[in-house]
Amino acid sequence: MPDLAIIVPSFLNGLTTGALYALIALGLTLIYGVLHIINFAHGSLLMLALYGVYYLRVSLGIDPYIALVILPPAMFALGYVLQRFVIGRASHGRDENILLVTLGLSIVIENLALYFFKSDTRIIETPYSFDTVEIFGAFLPYPKVVAFVGAFVTAAALWYVIARTDLGRAIRALAKERKGARLVGIDVDHIFAMSFGIGIACLGVAACLLLPSYYVSPQVGHGFVLIAFTIVVLGGMGSFVGALIGGLIIGVVEALGGLFLGESLGQIGIFAIFILILLFRPTGLLGHSA
Amino acid sequence: MKQLVFLLVLFAAIAIAPFVIESDFWLNAVIMTLYAALLGQSWNILGGYGGQFSFGHAAFFGTGAYTIAVLQVNFGINPWIGLVFGGALGALVATIIGALVFRYGLRGSYFALVTLAFAEVLRILSNTVDFTGAGVGILIPLDRTIANLQFETKAGFFWLIWALALAVFLVVWWLGHSRFGARLMAVRDNEEAARALGVDAFRVKLGAMALSGLFTGLAGCFYAQYFLYLDPGIAYGPAVSVESLLVPIIGGMGTLFGPLLGAIALTGVAELSREFFGDAQGISLVLYGLLLVLMVLFMPRGLAGLGRLSARRLLARGAPS
Repeated sequence: MPDLAIIVPSFLNGLTTGALYALIALGLTLIYGVLHIINFAHGSLLMLALYGVYYLRVSLGIDPYIALVILPPAMFALGYVLQRFVIGRASHGRDENILLVTLGLSIVIENLALYFFKSDTRIIETPYSFDTVEIFGAFLPYPKVVAFVGAFVTAAALWYVIARTDLGRAIRALAKERKGARLVGIDVDHIFAMSFGIGIACLGVAACLLLPSYYVSPQVGHGFVLIAFTIVVLGGMGSFVGALIGGLIIGVVEALGGLFLGESLGQIGIFAIFILILLFRPTGLLGHSA
Repeated sequence: MKQLVFLLVLFAAIAIAPFVIESDFWLNAVIMTLYAALLGQSWNILGGYGGQFSFGHAAFFGTGAYTIAVLQVNFGINPWIGLVFGGALGALVATIIGALVFRYGLRGSYFALVTLAFAEVLRILSNTVDFTGAGVGILIPLDRTIANLQFETKAGFFWLIWALALAVFLVVWWLGHSRFGARLMAVRDNEEAARALGVDAFRVKLGAMALSGLFTGLAGCFYAQYFLYLDPGIAYGPAVSVESLLVPIIGGMGTLFGPLLGAIALTGVAELSREFFGDAQGISLVLYGLLLVLMVLFMPRGLAGLGRLSARRLLARGAPS
């Protein structure tokens, strides 16, 4: 039994990772809540954003935290275009078709990345990469603390947009009742694309916050996408608060699971949670009954 | 009946291949096409006829492949017996997953997610435990005798995959002409209505799952014997899952001959990409993904749907107006 001196930092580390997971899951849950589709391309789009941060740093010397003003808008535009011109047109009235198209997109993006960037794992160096912050006697890496705060600030901003703006009202209306929203004059295709764009913009933010303490490779999305799915089903598909809490729980479970069971079995723990929840409570811990 | 005759004539025609094709390259292309057809038709049983879109057929494929490999390498059991066990275990894994998933009424996206997750769990497990060779993989010793389910020439492998493919095509023909198949399609089209008419949807879907798992497991066995090497990424990785759903989607889901068309198209694309791009990492998968997106966008009925459409147009043109 490891003592508290190991468990506490591990726990806090899990919380900071969990906040980033939550941010990634927020985008996924927003897309699910509004469009009722599961975006299989979520992980590969995150990977793309991470390469964006990487090359901004390596080629142009732009700090990842400065990239926060560049990358999220770029990812938003990409998401908007993808939904409006590719994904939205694929359904032909069947949700399965959308599932297949996002799966196809993820395969294309990931393998193009493999072709152009090769399978090397890359990291960036920043002046603050090795700084630490002391919290409750534990020393946490500075980038992780920034990521934790940044994730919650983003979540708050997202909440504000959804809850308090006209765009947010249109999104919520569409999530509840498509036909009714169309009848009162909401431009359905536009709002769908906006929602998808916002969900993908979250990935842009996550990438900027993640890279200073992480790495990028063409397969990096894999790990995140199933974790994000797990969080989303844990918190209830489409549930905002659920995604936040789910993210933190999974982050902590992963950190402590890795500590007690070793890396690869810790991974299975997450899948086990995923399958069990899907089987026994597919509406999630906070979700409404289907 | 006409369909059955056409099917048998077609497979008889394919059977000429080893007698007339002399180059190993082309015989290999025929073998890989039949292999893709077997894989795709297996998925088609569940996805095309049953309407359950699995994203994790690698779970059954890998189980079949590892079964035949582990039995002969670790226990010295003859691969012909391993073939039987490989298919059976593929069906068993499918039945277990199906029983869990259908018991709790998961459909659509949820079904896709759970099957994917099961394949991933098996991949991580096979990467962790010792008897599968873990991350290093498992190598089947070369011993080219028929008793060992390895063959001197490509023709031998051709007959093996030809027979397996014929079996799965016959089963799918039977689906189109049996009560079980009718029930399965009724569940696909409207599960509530089918249940109201007294169809036991749970058992029907489970049956489709077991059949699909059986033939996917056999495809895994063939892969193991043909290439003689497996690792967790090959056996349980996403590439197999994608290939098995791509074949019927390109060819035409829920049709008897769609997977054959899809297999020809897909094998052609794979060969062409090798021709133009060499063995560059990932390019053939980029093409697979593009094909998937384009097919769903512009040809959701697949190549078979295209044929039907043009036939109808021709008929319409020929009809007196």
